[in-house]
Amino acid sequence: MTADAWVFALLDGMCPLHLVLGPDGRILHAGPTVGRLFAGRSVEGKDLLEVIDVTRPHGITRARDLFAHSGRRLRLALRGGPQTELTGAAHRVGHGDTLVVVLSFGIGLVDAVRAHGLTAADFAITDPSIEMLYLVEAKSAAMDLSRRLNLRLEQARHSAEQRAMSDPLTGLANRSGLDAAMAGLIATDTGFALMHIDLDYFKAVNDTHGHAAGDAILLSVASAMKRETRREDVVARIGGDEFVILLVGLRDRPALDRIATRLIASIEHPVPFGGAHCKVSCSIGTVLSDDYARPNQDRMLADADIALYAAKSAGRATHRFHLGQSGAGETGQIGFDHG
Amino acid sequence: MYGLINRAIECFVTETYGEAVWLRVAARAQPGLRRIEAMLDYPPDLTMRLLDALSQDLERELPALLEDLGTFLVSGQGMVAIRRLLRFGGCEFLDFLTSLEELPGRARMALPDLDLPGLDLLDEGEGCYRLTCQAGMPGYGAVMVGLLRAMADEYGALVLLDYGGEAPDGAETVWIVLVEQAFAKARAFELVRQ
Repeated sequence: MTADAWVFALLDGMCPLHLVLGPDGRILHAGPTVGRLFAGRSVEGKDLLEVIDVTRPHGITRARDLFAHSGRRLRLALRGGPQTELTGAAHRVGHGDTLVVVLSFGIGLVDAVRAHGLTAADFAITDPSIEMLYLVEAKSAAMDLSRRLNLRLEQARHSAEQRAMSDPLTGLANRSGLDAAMAGLIATDTGFALMHIDLDYFKAVNDTHGHAAGDAILLSVASAMKRETRREDVVARIGGDEFVILLVGLRDRPALDRIATRLIASIEHPVPFGGAHCKVSCSIGTVLSDDYARPNQDRMLADADIALYAAKSAGRATHRFHLGQSGAGETGQIGFDHG
Repeated sequence: MYGLINRAIECFVTETYGEAVWLRVAARAQPGLRRIEAMLDYPPDLTMRLLDALSQDLERELPALLEDLGTFLVSGQGMVAIRRLLRFGGCEFLDFLTSLEELPGRARMALPDLDLPGLDLLDEGEGCYRLTCQAGMPGYGAVMVGLLRAMADEYGALVLLDYGGEAPDGAETVWIVLVEQAFAKARAFELVRQ
């Protein structure tokens, strides 16, 4: 075996991804894995720069320029074929007229293995690349399990939150849901109208026809309210027969009054129950967030309650506005008597 | 990281014996238990309670069930991750067998909490090997029998396997005879998942 032959054999075993360059920068010998990168085409005899680009250091225009960079870190890229970047180091050996360029895939390992269909046999036994691939795969499997767990927990959290924010009978928002929605509207400076609605004659239905009839009424009222409002509005049941509707972006009193009128008419539709027809109505008190310099949930609800009380006093099935700060807490007489 | 092992038991029972058996086994092992989360911690003794409950429910001996579990870990539906990770052990069955001693280290590399018992492989000559599973996880040796059987299929190797039982110190022995390394075509394996 000549000196060259055993050196090449040693390099092939220890570092299958290497090139040996002669003084003119031509490839004297290429490791077996280099052949895999060029799909079996031989690169021996070719100028290094014909087959591989040297991207770092800058300004390498002739392969023999690399002799001046012995022992330094190189960045290289294959010419042609799937894009593959390599990290390398050049070592000047012999009488200084031979350059051994050892290469590695570095962090581009996964892509390179996929692009060139490499196998364990393409790596030195001592090369930890295979362990790195193992680790990449193990970590992504574990990450996948964690992500799925997080997704399930997130769904559980979401549905628990939904349950905490909604009324189990009607599916409408409950007091917590209403508070959260109002806080959101106030925090984002979104104007809205708040209707406080109290059913009339509900107690009578409950007393005469029983709680099941009462529940049927509440469900029918809830669906009437959903029907008469838009998707973005919030309908909440905050007590036995007490409801609040937030009408987002609505600040026009005549329009609100028309909505209230429709709501009352819709709620007054008799509900069939066990052969009987149960009939309730409602009174509505409305406030507008625009009437407050700084809208406050409790204040708005209290004022809407005052307007509601005024509506009840006016003979039920009636809608009243609260006139806000400027009206010094007075209840306006805008609106119509539906009694 | 006991969740991972318990979850594997859940998958095995559900796929092999059905959901109803799993729900009975889970409830018997721990009242109220329905599902296992792979990435959550469970009491260390839950694994054994699950296995005992399964053995009682099916009226089958535990070692035989554990062998089936070991086979399921490699060849069961949805077990591609474990199968692939094991294939990193080597290109041929013998490489894989030799790499078994690294298994606890490899498991820890993937999941630092996953503590598997140590494994020692002894070459007894003439293609015969003795695998000693150190104490720590009762029944681990029986699981290894099933797992090795499935991995031999993966590699296309012809092997004879025999569970040697448990020594007083808790170590378990598995006898392996490698009859032919390239008996059938190995299942394709690429280093990077496509």
